[in-house]
Amino acid sequence: MKYESQKIALAYFGVALGLFVIQIIGGLLVGWVYVSPNFLSELVPFSTLRMLHTNSLIVWLLLGFFGAAYFLIPEEAEREIHSPKLAYIQLGILVLGTLGVVVTYLFNLFEGHWLLGKEGREFIEQPVWVKIGIVVAALIFLYNVTMTILKGRKTAISNILVLGLWGLALLFLFAFYNPHNLALDKQYWWYIVHLWVEGVWELIMASILAFLMLKLTGVDREVVEKWLYVIVAAALFSGILGTGHHYYWIGTPGYWQWIGSIFSSLEVIPFFAMMAFAFVMVWKGRRDHPNKAALLWSLGCATLAFFGAGVWGFLHTLHGVNYYTHGTQITAAHGHLAFYGAYVCLNIAIFTYALPILRNRDPYNQVLNMAAFWLMSGGMVFMTFTLTFAGTIQTHLQRVMGDYYMDVQDQLSLFYWMRFGSGVVVFIGVLLLIYSLALPRKEVITTDASVAAE
Amino acid sequence: MTEDSVLDELPGDLMIWVLIVSELLVFGAGLAAFLAVRITDPAGFAEAQDALHRTGAGINTVVLVTSGALAAWALRLREGARRGAARLALIAAALLGVVFLWVKGAEYAAKAAHGIGWDTHPFYTFYYLLTGFHAAHVVAGVLVLLLVAWKDAPRNIEAGAAFWHMVDLVWVLLFPVIYLLR
Repeated sequence: MKYESQKIALAYFGVALGLFVIQIIGGLLVGWVYVSPNFLSELVPFSTLRMLHTNSLIVWLLLGFFGAAYFLIPEEAEREIHSPKLAYIQLGILVLGTLGVVVTYLFNLFEGHWLLGKEGREFIEQPVWVKIGIVVAALIFLYNVTMTILKGRKTAISNILVLGLWGLALLFLFAFYNPHNLALDKQYWWYIVHLWVEGVWELIMASILAFLMLKLTGVDREVVEKWLYVIVAAALFSGILGTGHHYYWIGTPGYWQWIGSIFSSLEVIPFFAMMAFAFVMVWKGRRDHPNKAALLWSLGCATLAFFGAGVWGFLHTLHGVNYYTHGTQITAAHGHLAFYGAYVCLNIAIFTYALPILRNRDPYNQVLNMAAFWLMSGGMVFMTFTLTFAGTIQTHLQRVMGDYYMDVQDQLSLFYWMRFGSGVVVFIGVLLLIYSLALPRKEVITTDASVAAE
Repeated sequence: MTEDSVLDELPGDLMIWVLIVSELLVFGAGLAAFLAVRITDPAGFAEAQDALHRTGAGINTVVLVTSGALAAWALRLREGARRGAARLALIAAALLGVVFLWVKGAEYAAKAAHGIGWDTHPFYTFYYLLTGFHAAHVVAGVLVLLLVAWKDAPRNIEAGAAFWHMVDLVWVLLFPVIYLLR
């Protein structure tokens, strides 16, 4: 660790991993409700469990991004973070908001209250006071990192990372605008949901991936930057008007069907480019970095993001297809592998890379960490396949044959059982991962060891 | 990396080529979709097409191609160190872009006067989407041409002219497919 203030990242990563466990437990509970629909229905209904599953996912990914920024910006800017104290205050606000959200959701406190009660819109259900807290925390963060970069060395990686984080914060402001007209409500709602994950988050993803490639493969910065610019251009070109693929059936004009179909089909390109980038860098790179697990997570990230976000997204993005598949388990299949590949793997890659450096240790537990990668990724890929099969059958029975929703759900139970099983595998993988990251052991994978074994 | 990439052989900046390829993919996909939907209703598409002003579009083709030639000529002038003439050629190219937009605007106004909108027929959905997107690129191209007339480094003019040729090329593809194809 070159800069003392990089230590801030440790606190962010720790809280993120804690929320990750809560997210996966939430996922297991929701998955069990699909198998046994009355489970917990009186105590914590499905809708609340699902909110916890999705909200904790978003918050831990954001904490990971913030932590990654606090870790890599000092190295890129070649100076300490402007104010470590502000960074910890920011974390405190976010933790307080998260606790407020969990308590408000679980006990449905202050129902209907404009400031204290939960709001209705999917994924942005947080009470208004928490939303204000998120904005304050984001402003503190942006002030802190922007000041650091302005006073230090400016690189493409840190510029694009901060551009993405600025976009993330500005787009969140649409959470405060809630028109009464349902079509308008949805139109603006997608400015947050879509322009986050298929817009500015891709900038964050590309820049963190570029940083990892730079460190792990030793390829020249110039080459990495050229790739980064192309990826970012392709992401914004396709992703912004790609928002149109959410405007097919919400009451917006029909021409969105063509705008959405065409531009969102091109959204595969930046994800393909990121995968090509990662593999080309590894092939070209001459550095034999000891942290093999971080490299595995980086390559896994780029690959699974291409399949989850790119291929599985394209699967149902054309409006002629989406007319039948909209809101079926096909969407769930895409959502799970896209988030896992693009953003979960990305965060774990940077955690795996940064934690040994932050704690001033060699990269221990590489084999355990890599086993966790295969368990988690295998589990998620299996889950994606089961949900894709479930969604295909659901689309045919429900949308083509016209069977009733609940009758169709009964027919899907075998897939929901298999999905629950794959969720358990993911959970075991997560526990293994956290164990491997948190607890030091003597075993280190080095090139010497592999030579000796041959 | 010390080895040279084939990408280095491209004239102008790499990023302008990324943009050009992306634009061609979008317009190409749009034209392919247009032709696919046309198969479902050839008679309806032919009837709708007859309401278009083919002569106006033909004039616009000449206007835009001439403008493209002026932009290319400007780069050659600038490389021959004739800055003033290069600037004039770029401004003339931009003015022809404005002429294109004026003709296009008259065409849109005539359609509106006949009560023809984007949802009158699937033909017009594509007509307005494709020519509308293209016209938006002409607006951007005029601004780019004026920008590189002002900041007239050869590298800038090259990028501006490359973008403007893409706008040209797209129109030369749109014109026969939308206006002429029977």
